[in-house]
Amino acid sequence: MNPQANPPQPNPPNGAGAAALLAAGLGAASLGLLSLLADKLPSTKPAFTLYHPTGPLSGVTTAAVLFWLAAWALLHWQWNNRSVPIRPVLIAAFLALLAGLLLTFPPFADFL
Amino acid sequence: MELSSRALWTMIHGMGFGALYLMAFSGAFLALWRQTSSQAADAPYPSHHRQLSVWLTAMALLAWLAVMSGTYIVYPWYRALPPPGTANLAAFPQRLLLSSPQTSQWHTLGMEWKEFVAWLVPISITMVAAVYRHYGPALARHQALRNAILGFAAASFLTAGIAGFWGAMLNKAAPVEGGSTLHILGAESR
Repeated sequence: MNPQANPPQPNPPNGAGAAALLAAGLGAASLGLLSLLADKLPSTKPAFTLYHPTGPLSGVTTAAVLFWLAAWALLHWQWNNRSVPIRPVLIAAFLALLAGLLLTFPPFADFL
Repeated sequence: MELSSRALWTMIHGMGFGALYLMAFSGAFLALWRQTSSQAADAPYPSHHRQLSVWLTAMALLAWLAVMSGTYIVYPWYRALPPPGTANLAAFPQRLLLSSPQTSQWHTLGMEWKEFVAWLVPISITMVAAVYRHYGPALARHQALRNAILGFAAASFLTAGIAGFWGAMLNKAAPVEGGSTLHILGAESR
């Protein structure tokens, strides 16, 4: 099968992709931070308990997902159809992802 | 042959959604790698783009089903509290594990890591699917963004692997049991 001969397309702006990437990193970081908060401050557990059988996990994950989606919508609104400097966005996204990974690792969270 | 309804849901969560996600990953990652490489920029296959887009969307769906079924169906059975004075903790896996220093880390490390880190999987792979759906083969013209997308896809695999590993180990150490009994095959007469 041969590739279809399409005329060269203009480069689409990177803003939509950068917005999605950074929002995913921020979502990961928010998950880590909220899980740490629920772990370190027992007084917050009732506020995070949206569904009693699941406990604070329900509120932590719901809040993190809502934060991720809100960040995505806001960044997309700001950056869609624009080109943004990609390097700082990538660094911020991966640092936020790393923060999310570390903060959800119990020995690291216990160390803080 | 019998199976409890809770064991069945645990299988659906872990093997039906989680393991299927892990199995789907390698093919998706390789296809994403090849279809967005710099050499692919000038030779896109529209049908391949559609197939990979559907594949990534299906993986995102699997990831959401895995975390939702785990958090809202299986986990409440895992963390259920026994009535006071209960001696046999077999139906209360979290309490069973915490009842002995030899097993408590299955919960304090395994479950406490798994229950949160698993949620990084749907966040990451949904983003990957959305970005690929938006750009398609044109992602090859944004190599830095493309490499970052591949990095987040790899992170989703890593975190799914962590969650899957601990899920399997926890289910060996203290299986979620109970609920109604499903008769899969009739009892053999001897």
